Amino acid sequence: MKQWERPFGRSKPETVKGEVKIVEDRCKGCGFCVEYCPCDVLELSDKFNKKGYHPPYAEKLEECTACKLCEMICPDFAIFVIEKEEEID
Amino acid sequence: MIKKSKLRGEFFMQGDIACAEGAIAAGCRFFGGYPITPASEIAERMAYRLPLVDGAFIQYEDEIASMAGIIGASWAGAKPMTATSGPGISLMNENIGLGMMMETPCVVINVQRGSPSTGLPTSWGQADMMQARWGSHGDYGSISLSPNSPQEFFDLTIVAFNYAEKYRLPVFVVTDAVVGHMTEKVVIPPVEELDIIDRKYTNKKPADYRPYDPDDDLIPPFAKAGDGYRYHSTGLTHDERGYPVMSEECQRRCAKRLVDKIKKNADDIIITEEHDIEDADVVVVSYGISSRTVIPAMEKAKEKGVKVGFLRLVTVWPFPEKRIRELSKKVKGFVVAELNLGQVVLEVERCAAKHAETKLVGHPGGGMHKMDDIVNAILEVANE
Amino acid sequence: MSNKEQHKLEHPMDDLLRMDRIPHIWCPGCGLGSDVAAFADGLKKAEVNFDKVAVVSGIGCTGRVAGYIKLDSYHTTHGRAIPFATGIKLANRDLTVFVFSGDGDLFAIGGNHLIHAARRNLDINVICVNNFIYGMTGGQNAPTTPLGAYSSTAPFGNYEAPFNLVGITAAAGANYVARWTTVQARRLSQSIATAAKKKGFCFIEVVSPCATVFARKNKGGTGLDLMKEFRNRTVIDHKADPTQIPLTMDDEIVCGEFVNREDPTFWENVQNGIKDQVEKNADWEKIQSEKNKRLYKKTLKYEGSRDIG
Repeated sequence: MKQWERPFGRSKPETVKGEVKIVEDRCKGCGFCVEYCPCDVLELSDKFNKKGYHPPYAEKLEECTACKLCEMICPDFAIFVIEKEEEID
Repeated sequence: MIKKSKLRGEFFMQGDIACAEGAIAAGCRFFGGYPITPASEIAERMAYRLPLVDGAFIQYEDEIASMAGIIGASWAGAKPMTATSGPGISLMNENIGLGMMMETPCVVINVQRGSPSTGLPTSWGQADMMQARWGSHGDYGSISLSPNSPQEFFDLTIVAFNYAEKYRLPVFVVTDAVVGHMTEKVVIPPVEELDIIDRKYTNKKPADYRPYDPDDDLIPPFAKAGDGYRYHSTGLTHDERGYPVMSEECQRRCAKRLVDKIKKNADDIIITEEHDIEDADVVVVSYGISSRTVIPAMEKAKEKGVKVGFLRLVTVWPFPEKRIRELSKKVKGFVVAELNLGQVVLEVERCAAKHAETKLVGHPGGGMHKMDDIVNAILEVANE
Repeated sequence: MSNKEQHKLEHPMDDLLRMDRIPHIWCPGCGLGSDVAAFADGLKKAEVNFDKVAVVSGIGCTGRVAGYIKLDSYHTTHGRAIPFATGIKLANRDLTVFVFSGDGDLFAIGGNHLIHAARRNLDINVICVNNFIYGMTGGQNAPTTPLGAYSSTAPFGNYEAPFNLVGITAAAGANYVARWTTVQARRLSQSIATAAKKKGFCFIEVVSPCATVFARKNKGGTGLDLMKEFRNRTVIDHKADPTQIPLTMDDEIVCGEFVNREDPTFWENVQNGIKDQVEKNADWEKIQSEKNKRLYKKTLKYEGSRDIG
């Protein structure tokens, strides 16, 4: 998005970034989180968890905005997001 | 709110009203019911009394909801009651089983009428006695009380609440339409003279509390909703934490305790009334209204020279097996007078089997025993 | 991530879940876990005191919800969750009571209880998870199974028109009626928060995927495929008439908050009704004793009843 003004003198707007944590052994590989992440951060991995499912992993972690939709839509409470604020320059 | 909620004094009161007053005196503050002849008056009286003493009355849409509602109210800490008749108990049986399994204290009044099915709505019978013991599916212990007068209806409702709170289960007060609709003198003592028992609450912290971990008397301490214990309670077979577990071992611990809890405490629960038993040849066993109608018959038999004793079952369940077995070794036989075609007589027969004879004076309901039938039965047993 | 770090991971909802029972029994692709997550999130949003919340559920897949939520929870008989919850609420009016049960449990065997509770406007919150089938028992017909859908007791296609759950509840007189799908997790969570704070009968229908029986019997694919289908067919319209938006196999799923009114609750009506009586009967005990003494004296005229026993 092209910006005409620098917001409050910063080079880009303050955004919230998220760190995705996955409790792998609870995952049942349903794919809800991968499908409904609005920033397409997640993909299903190739590795197997204890129950034989493919848990997700954060492929594009830098895109994550900590909206926490994955946390709410996961049926197995296997994924959550911690917010980390970006450094202001 | 009206501060003094309990009546006190001597009254000329109908049986059903006396029952409602007994409940209020015992601390009942929730009633969920459905109208049915002959128990509607209990609901009507509670509808009048409860809102004025900060209790809750709700006329549910059916008896099934009534039973579910009183179990819920009990878990929220109230002492609840419902009142119905035979057809209503048939509907409530599934939730009575839930009350037994979840170990919920509550009181269920059954004012029996002519049965089976719709039967004689405005007439009486005593044919729900076995249903009070075995109505719901599965193995469980059960307590039933049987008053024979409005005064006793008042007293035994209070006793029923005490048993329910002490032993944590639905307790039945099984009477008949005669006692329910009869008007007689009822003396209501001041509240301070009444013996009221409350349920045993836990004193453990929420983290250590296990809802179904029994004490030595086989009864687990209670915790009500809203106290911060955050427990789980279920009708599935459960372990001490209240969580469902599908195993034989768990079923053994869970279901067996429901039976044992009443069996082992039977001596404290059973109440009987005995007259002239010491040297009797024939013992007349009865309960409810028929226990009043046998008395002239017994007097007549005594005039004919038979030594007749009288055993009245105030608690019909648990059945006083020990006493019957004891008596069966001393007497010639038992005469059981009941307004059904043979229910409690089966228990007497079973206990007296080897030693004494048992004779039933049955009646399908809708009327009273004829005096001659009872006298002839007593004479028959005496002359064996 | 190493095993050691995995063990230390604490999901933010762990404080509201019975961790000694997770993982739960629901199938992969089932929407129930998401609904429970939305429920937990909604409760946190509503800022209710968790010690004063009770959750009651019936029998079925949704009925197992009570066993996984770390609040005072009760797993009752089939269809009777609503009168049970009513009993809890009337005995202790400080509690916030939720009923979390399935479409068959609340509308088939429990249908009578639901419409009466809505009519009385009892202050309970009902979340009905609608998966169009009886899941726990193996996929039998439910009162919400769409016309023509397959189930194990409708092997040739369902020949019964289904219920419109929001329509019935709105017509019965509920204060708050809403429908969402599992996909709309945030709106569902917000709805639950609204219902928790709102007085009167609050009803939320959640259209949820059933991967193992409904999807399989109706060639719906996996749970995710059903979710995608719900997402594609969903239209949000808060002004829709709830009695005109049934759910079928192909038409749009209209979601929204359809009814949001402030009718008086059962308890408010009780308090209103007894206002005058409380004053009139302040000396009640005295009045009753006097009345009964007079009655007793009158009846002594009639002698002849034998004192038996």
